[in-house]
Amino acid sequence: MNINATLFVQALSFAFLIWFAVKFIWPPLNRAIDERNKRIADGLAAAEKGKAALVEAERKGDAAVKEARERASGVLGESEKRAAQIVEEAKAAAKVEADRMIAGAREQIAAELAKAKTELREQVAALAVAGAEKILQREVDAKAHGEMLSKLKAQL
Amino acid sequence: MAAQNPSEYISHHLTNLTVKVGEGGFWTLNVDTIVMSWVLGIVGLGLIWLVAKGATAEVPGRLQSFIEMFFEFVDGTVRDVFPGSRAFLGPLALTIFTWVFMMNLMDLIPIDWVATVSHGLGAPAWKAVPSTDLNTTFAMSFSVFFLILFFSFKAKGAGGFMHELFTAPFGSNPLLWIPNLALNIIELLAKPVSLGMRLFGNMYAGELIFMLLGLLGTIASLSFGGLLAGGASGVLTWAWAVFHILIILLQAFIFMVLSVVYIAMAHEHH
Repeated sequence: MNINATLFVQALSFAFLIWFAVKFIWPPLNRAIDERNKRIADGLAAAEKGKAALVEAERKGDAAVKEARERASGVLGESEKRAAQIVEEAKAAAKVEADRMIAGAREQIAAELAKAKTELREQVAALAVAGAEKILQREVDAKAHGEMLSKLKAQL
Repeated sequence: MAAQNPSEYISHHLTNLTVKVGEGGFWTLNVDTIVMSWVLGIVGLGLIWLVAKGATAEVPGRLQSFIEMFFEFVDGTVRDVFPGSRAFLGPLALTIFTWVFMMNLMDLIPIDWVATVSHGLGAPAWKAVPSTDLNTTFAMSFSVFFLILFFSFKAKGAGGFMHELFTAPFGSNPLLWIPNLALNIIELLAKPVSLGMRLFGNMYAGELIFMLLGLLGTIASLSFGGLLAGGASGVLTWAWAVFHILIILLQAFIFMVLSVVYIAMAHEHH
């Protein structure tokens, strides 16, 4: 346990080990750890950003759903109104058409009635003349009694 | 080892395997110290190097996590003491802790096992713990001392450092130059001496206690007193070894922290 030349050998060994550590051990370890620290920090920041984006997206989604719902209910109301209007219009049109048809039918009936009356009148007049001829045993002069026949037709 | 007497047992375990490389007692090399410290340095730093070489920022494996934990521990310790760049002080602290810890760890190998193996290989003596050799601890602490001087010059310039040597701590009065210088030299030298002696003293004393407890074991026999001695030797050796785990870690940590603190202080201006 004396101090001897071993001292120098050990000092050189120590110097060599320090050199080795400075050159080959410290830098790669330091680099790896620093890089991982950076990655973790980046990852945490990205997660934070992702969370914020999610909240934003949820908010946007909710707003979109709400707007769509409002629009849908608006459209529904509009279409209901429109449908009711169409029904009303159709009803009105149908009523007009029906009235028109009824009026046409009445007119036709009235015209046919008038025509039938006229025909009947003619026939009754003819019949009356024929009857009178039989009664009188002679021919009735249509011209001479025309005025009387016209009065008769008008009375029928 | 029961054949030896106690003083032979102890002095034998405190003998280095030496080789003479020149005239005089100084030119001797402690082969066991050099070989053990090289092997331990290569194993310790080599393991870290293997991990560092393949270290990526991907998810680390268990070994890489452990090495990174150790790295962060050293890095954090240096950061607490020294605010500047850790490109040199970091690896210095890492080297000191790893090497000192590995050397101290050898203290937990029972000395008689070491002796049995080395005798079996034909070596007359083999000290397995390089940090119980003053050459190792002083080599490290005086290396730190020269680093202190180097960083003092670097941080303050030759003039600034000289100025500080002569004017701190008492003042710049010329009458105080000599006392200032004397105090500064003592202070500077006290650092490496205490640093080296602390590690050496702790490890040497620890080993000595293992030896004394082992010696107690040598008088074990099948009598009441003999059984008591054997039992006490076993139990106390175990207890001391457990306590020693704390000491070897603590001494490695202290050596590292004090080295960094001293070098950090060299950067400060008074």
